Amino acid sequence: MKLVTAIIKPFKVEDVKDALQKQGVNGMTVSDVSGYGRQGGHVEVYRGAEYTVELVPKVRIEALINDSEVKKVVDAILIAAKTGKIGDGKIWVTPVEEVVRVRTGDRGSDAI
Amino acid sequence: MPEISAGDTAWVLVCTALVLVMTAPALALFYGGMVRAKSTLNMMMMSFGALFVVGIIWVIFGYSVAFGPALDAGSFIGDPTAFLGLKGLLNSSALAVNGAYYPIPASAFVAFQAMFAVITVALISGAIADRAQFGTWLVFSAIWVTIVYLPVARAVFYFGDAEANGGGFIATKIKALDFAGGTAVHINAGAAGLALALVLGKRIGFGKMLLRPSNLPLVMIGAGLLWFGWFGFNAGSALGANGLAAVAFINTFSATCAAVAGWLLIERFRYGHATSLGAASGIVAGLVAITPACAYVDTWGALAIGVISGGVSALVVDLKHKFGYDDSLDVVGVHLVCGIIGTILIGVFATTSVNEFGANGLLYGGGTTQLVRQIQAAAIVMVFSFVVTYILGTILDKTIGFRVTNDQELEGVDLALQAESAYDLVGSSKGSSKGRNA
Repeated sequence: MKLVTAIIKPFKVEDVKDALQKQGVNGMTVSDVSGYGRQGGHVEVYRGAEYTVELVPKVRIEALINDSEVKKVVDAILIAAKTGKIGDGKIWVTPVEEVVRVRTGDRGSDAI
Repeated sequence: MPEISAGDTAWVLVCTALVLVMTAPALALFYGGMVRAKSTLNMMMMSFGALFVVGIIWVIFGYSVAFGPALDAGSFIGDPTAFLGLKGLLNSSALAVNGAYYPIPASAFVAFQAMFAVITVALISGAIADRAQFGTWLVFSAIWVTIVYLPVARAVFYFGDAEANGGGFIATKIKALDFAGGTAVHINAGAAGLALALVLGKRIGFGKMLLRPSNLPLVMIGAGLLWFGWFGFNAGSALGANGLAAVAFINTFSATCAAVAGWLLIERFRYGHATSLGAASGIVAGLVAITPACAYVDTWGALAIGVISGGVSALVVDLKHKFGYDDSLDVVGVHLVCGIIGTILIGVFATTSVNEFGANGLLYGGGTTQLVRQIQAAAIVMVFSFVVTYILGTILDKTIGFRVTNDQELEGVDLALQAESAYDLVGSSKGSSKGRNA
């Protein structure tokens, strides 16, 4: 089992969600996050006072998947989240030791 | 003595309520949205706090000191015992007196003027956002209104008894024109704000940390409501439902539109964007500047005062970073600067064609006579307010303490002083209830 985490642009959430659903990924956790990478921040001006806002808003999508699905899921996110401009985000995959479904107590692949 | 006029009385009472709206909630929203989310409620409470403290003082002795018979010959204040507790003024046949009888009840005039005292104090709070002890602010409000506002209001707004004897020296000796409070309200509050900002010092992180507004929609609502209430402030100052009130009304509208244009144009060319905070600020800049002038200028004068105030304020508002004083919400950059602009430009744009009791300014054949009077009035009020406020603020700071601790400031004054949070946008429970009655 793997945890796929993707940091993407906020307006790409719907596209990525649809793409993952097409791949049979039936659940995910979506969080509003902020951070910075190569994109850096942006400048806001209030009454002439310039502020560099270094942390830009992003969305983090997390989904649990089976090992065999890693390549197609990552590819699906890659296509759906890409604009080609700086700040498109990152995807990473981490191994997961155990998954439990709270309602039934199912464990492992059955809980995904 | 005139009969009480139903129309005039109705108008003044409605305007009184409009001016109340300027403080609570309009200014509270305008300021509350401009601070960080951890200070919003405290900021709003500073307006509401000034409201109740000044309100109590006003009805006990404030009105009497500002508009009562002089304490003794040549005195700058009225006798606080003359109308102590509004003695004799709640009689329904008592008429308002200010240099002559007005056909409205004395109590209506008392209430109308009360709202001016309230908002003047509330305006100061923007200069010391995020870092003032709430209790000290209330004490400051009580003392400041007594020793600064009341004498200044008397000097500017009081035209004497029914025979016009004993009027305030700025109104009757210098003969400066201030229809609704450019000097007594805005220069007064702006200079006091500068003094307090210097006494309290900069916020932690001023000029380094991200101190941007937390809720600009609140600021926009506040600015719109201020404009709404300001029609009561300016047009109500005619103290009657008459042509002069209507002149003040339309000038209050046109000047403010021009000020928004002025502010946004400067912003657009300096920084590339016309911002919502700029529009809200332009509204207030224009309203402040037209306040003293609204019943003395024609449309061209109003538009000129508006565009100059909005443009100049937009140009100078960030100078506080260069000078290094933290007037957090620009009470100086907006109220003091535009109060001075409006007060002085009366000497340029005033014309008796709209108001025979006004004067002719530089552009209307009046020479520099009125201009000099206006500059004198602005300078006197600014210096008096700054000096007395600086001394008062320093005494309070050294005795009961004016500034919160660093920990309280970093945690946020909403939690530290009010024990409340302005926003709970997350649904998850972050605590349990332990009500006093549980």
